[in-house]
Amino acid sequence: MITGTPKPIEEILEMLEPYDKIIVAGCYGCVTVCRVGGEKEVQVLASTLRLAREAAGRKITIKEISLERQCDPEYIEQMRGYVQDYQAVLSIACGAGIQFLAEKYTTTPLLPGINTGFLGVTERQGEWAERCQGCGDCVLHLTGGICPVTRCAKSLFHGPCGGSVQGHCEVGKDVPCGWQLIIDRLKALDQMDNYTKLKPYKGWNTSRDGGPRRIVREDMI
Amino acid sequence: MKSGSNLEKVLAAGHFAVTAECGPPRGADPEVVRRKAAYVKGNIDACNVTDNQTSVVRMSSIAGCMILKEMGIEPLLQMVVRDRNRIALQSDLLGASALGVRNLLCLSGDHQKFGDDPQAKNVFDIDSMQLIHLTRTMRDDGVFPSGQKLDGAPKFFIGCAVNPFADPFEIRVPRLKMKINAGADFVQTQCIYNMEKFKVYLEDAMRQGLHEKVKILAGVTPLKSAGMAKFMKKMVAGMDIPDAVIKRIADEPKEKQAAKGIEMCIELIQELKEMEGIAGVHVMAIEWEEKLNEIIGGAGLLPRPVVE
Amino acid sequence: MLKAFENGADGVMVVGCLEGDCHYLSGNIRAKARVQRVSAILGRIGLGAERIHMYNLSAGEGSKFAAFANEFVEKIREMGQSPINAARLKVPEQSAGGER
Repeated sequence: MITGTPKPIEEILEMLEPYDKIIVAGCYGCVTVCRVGGEKEVQVLASTLRLAREAAGRKITIKEISLERQCDPEYIEQMRGYVQDYQAVLSIACGAGIQFLAEKYTTTPLLPGINTGFLGVTERQGEWAERCQGCGDCVLHLTGGICPVTRCAKSLFHGPCGGSVQGHCEVGKDVPCGWQLIIDRLKALDQMDNYTKLKPYKGWNTSRDGGPRRIVREDMI
Repeated sequence: MKSGSNLEKVLAAGHFAVTAECGPPRGADPEVVRRKAAYVKGNIDACNVTDNQTSVVRMSSIAGCMILKEMGIEPLLQMVVRDRNRIALQSDLLGASALGVRNLLCLSGDHQKFGDDPQAKNVFDIDSMQLIHLTRTMRDDGVFPSGQKLDGAPKFFIGCAVNPFADPFEIRVPRLKMKINAGADFVQTQCIYNMEKFKVYLEDAMRQGLHEKVKILAGVTPLKSAGMAKFMKKMVAGMDIPDAVIKRIADEPKEKQAAKGIEMCIELIQELKEMEGIAGVHVMAIEWEEKLNEIIGGAGLLPRPVVE
Repeated sequence: MLKAFENGADGVMVVGCLEGDCHYLSGNIRAKARVQRVSAILGRIGLGAERIHMYNLSAGEGSKFAAFANEFVEKIREMGQSPINAARLKVPEQSAGGER
């Protein structure tokens, strides 16, 4: 899923400085699952904003809504009837959702309420970790199902570097060395010959480096 | 001759080679390089110039190499893949070769987290293994990795670093083999203090005949004090300093620890010199370049051979 | 919990079962984490983190409950009115609470 973290309330209050009537818009997709932008978070954020603004002597009116997904046009359309009655929309969907709202409602300012994080997994309740960078050219079959681009701090294709110590990465003792994980897994799979092969230079053109990406499925259009 | 570098010639002639390193300054003053280089001159066959080591911004490695070259010292260009994509790497390789730099050391580079600019974007477009391969392709095939023909191939004696002490230990020799296959002509090892572990590594490498395919320069760093030894053991990732080594220097009174460190370093070099499979030493006297003459001379490695 | 403050509470006391004794296994532990979150929010927006507090009690500890309640009420009295209520008093026409 796409993960994220709430923006500091001070930063949000500063963004909202010019406005007295806004929509706080959540999303029932990824951000609900990682508890940063769903219905409940909309309620908490809206309450917090009302309290903060009222304590500061300047009340704010907030409409609380959550859309099925902010990244699909049919759900975004559900706001069409009332968006113009508000001065701004504070969205706590991921960056994709916020931008899609902005694209569809061109005369209303869109404000981000969260910092979008990464493509990750729930390692345990309340803890998420990155697993994929969406580089567009998956090599997991060669690396024991562990991504060197994501799990190695240097995205090395022939790791580990000299900074790997007892399974930890040099960037932090709480960061597992991706290449130690890969090697352990390849050994367990009896696929160490994958390790010793010289890998071709990665083509980053399928990653974000190639410019904004687009997928077109002719069979679905 | 692949590159015609002095280091390559010395090794090809069968001499026990000596390299050292100079860290460029955190500023634009060339005198700092010249001062350090003066201590290096005459004591070595080539001098590494580090490339923004520990991710701290310093004068560029190529510039440092040129200052050394002006002084008649053979430079060895260190190049990390942290800060440059393949376009910049290739371009700098061409430039360095054009300026007469003939030795290259291909490295990943410490993560930028450790430097003054932890917010910097890192590059790691290709890794150090691929940089070795890229340089060899340009040198030997006369083409860019893209396949485009080169208008004059760069000439480099290609080196890489190996850390025989890093984890996981069992892939250390396979990694050396991979670097050789990628195109490495020589390797410089991480500082050796744990001789026993190093011997296990070396014997394994020799069993596979790797010492005949690549020149192995053993890395040594003189300890200035017991404090430095303890600090390095604790803080430097992949640094293996056995307690017995620390004890030996710690048993000396403070004012005699530096002399002891030099004595231990000389002993170590002498031992390495006698070992089969070791083609030379890389003496990293970190911010202690003035002791290079004493250490290298003390190990009986002076004067340096002149090979035509 | 935040709604209570919006509705005019000067303090909110949350009471749960003793830790390890929750009918819903870890419900009271989770509640504690949520109370801490609300407390942090109240602190950051200037209402005061101490305006919410969680107490753990068993169903048989009536006198303890009374003591905790008195203690908490006393603490909130000392802190005085929530800035929300203070603001509402200043601008009565905007007050959601009406005749307070």
